[in-house]
Amino acid sequence: MQRSWLLIIALVFVMLALRPVTAAEKVIKMSTTTSTENSGLLDVLLPEFEKDTGIKIKVFAKGTGAAIRDGMDGNVDIIFVHAKAREEQFVADGYGAYRLAVMHNDFIILGPAADPAGIKGMKHGSEALKKIAEAKASFVSRGDDSGTHTKEQALWKATGLPLQTQRTEIVVKGQKKGLTFMYPGGLGEWYLSIGQGMGKTLTFADEKRAYTLADRGTYLEYKYGKQPAVELDILCEGDPLLFNPYGIIPINPKKYPHVKFDLADHFAKWLVSPKVQAIIARYKIQGQQAFYPDAIPEAK
Amino acid sequence: MEFLFDSFFSALLLLWSIDPELVEIVSVSLKVSSTSTIIASLVGVPAGFLIAFREFPGKRMLITILNTLLALPTVVVGLFVYAFISRRGILGVLDLLYTQKAMIIGQVILIIPIITVFTISAISRIDERYRKTAMTLGANALQTAWVIIREARFAIVAAVIAAFGRVIAEVGISMMLGGNAKGFTRNMTTAMALEYDKGEFVLSVALGIVLLTVSFGLNIFFNYVQGRARV
Repeated sequence: MQRSWLLIIALVFVMLALRPVTAAEKVIKMSTTTSTENSGLLDVLLPEFEKDTGIKIKVFAKGTGAAIRDGMDGNVDIIFVHAKAREEQFVADGYGAYRLAVMHNDFIILGPAADPAGIKGMKHGSEALKKIAEAKASFVSRGDDSGTHTKEQALWKATGLPLQTQRTEIVVKGQKKGLTFMYPGGLGEWYLSIGQGMGKTLTFADEKRAYTLADRGTYLEYKYGKQPAVELDILCEGDPLLFNPYGIIPINPKKYPHVKFDLADHFAKWLVSPKVQAIIARYKIQGQQAFYPDAIPEAK
Repeated sequence: MEFLFDSFFSALLLLWSIDPELVEIVSVSLKVSSTSTIIASLVGVPAGFLIAFREFPGKRMLITILNTLLALPTVVVGLFVYAFISRRGILGVLDLLYTQKAMIIGQVILIIPIITVFTISAISRIDERYRKTAMTLGANALQTAWVIIREARFAIVAAVIAAFGRVIAEVGISMMLGGNAKGFTRNMTTAMALEYDKGEFVLSVALGIVLLTVSFGLNIFFNYVQGRARV
């Protein structure tokens, strides 16, 4: 008697485990950047989207490089990242169906209040970096191939300083491929390339009283939303070069027929609708507007 | 899947061309991990010896605690040390965080229990008659200890090798306390974690293969040392 009960219970468990995902449950997978995730914006948008459409989104937050890689491998249905040139390349290569501009925020150069390189109030991001390099003041770089790292490299190029490159050769698909790493010198001395996410980079810079480049959203979160707060101040902001646009890209069903393009397409179009653009404009981190809608700029 | 083959050839290419970045991270790994293994051995072997030979209240409890610490997660060690050496911690003024020294401190804490526990078990296995014989032959306490250690040396060396394997393969402490700064605290495991995060799977696995190659070389060396010691 007891054994048959056990058998029934075991069977129920097996059936629960093997139960197919019901057709009514619509789920898509999205890879995005840690900065999007850390900002808390998705916690507002995704429940709203589910309420509107019944579609659930599973989020995988990583660096932009890894998020794009997920898209190239067909691991996800859609990507939401911020490295415009690479996103356009991604679409041109046939991995992405299209790219829609969703919103932007901006990058800021942070540093300790003592400001040993004397960059406070400078208008141009690249000139500020140049002064930091000349003073050999500690600078913490994401160094992880993320959107922020891509932006930082563009700024170093704009300084006109002689940059150094390191090249590592590997084999990809039977062909030799070179991976290059660019830096302004002083590697491991004043230029600290740590290969970690935005939050860790802020903590690192705070610990070492160093300069760093960060997106405003993550900075606000770490400055006003965390205990203990990072003791870093905004020393340079407002340069158009410091602009940080976010794009949404559904994966191309011609490349990967298994992706749920219809649902992903639905989400992308929903993000740029007037209603959602207004939600984005209203979203605040510690009382400050964190993102500026790009699809419908007048949505204030 | 095919990236695994690419990784294998990439590893060969990296080793063959003596890639300067590879040399850098391998030397950070070897320097930090061998230093921490040596320090931990200097603490762990005598500690294991004392615990094995002395009878004291709470001995069984202490051994149970040490056995539990074998499962110590690297992240816990990392956070524990972080609390002390962060700029806001009591040792903050020493500016230790995100240096190789910090990595060594964390790794030493991680493997002291391993070396101690294995030393205890190695020594407990030595026949009590060795000790008695040595003492009846007129050996003093130190000489007796030496006899026992000589008898247990293979098991003790095995403990040290296991501990070294643990630290050279760990990533949590190196990442949290070293900070993965390129050219300074980046070692093989944090480099692998980074390449994975960047989506460069080929390089990540290639580094893994290099790590195993380096460990293989070291183990051959240890084997040789043990073999010589036997003669």
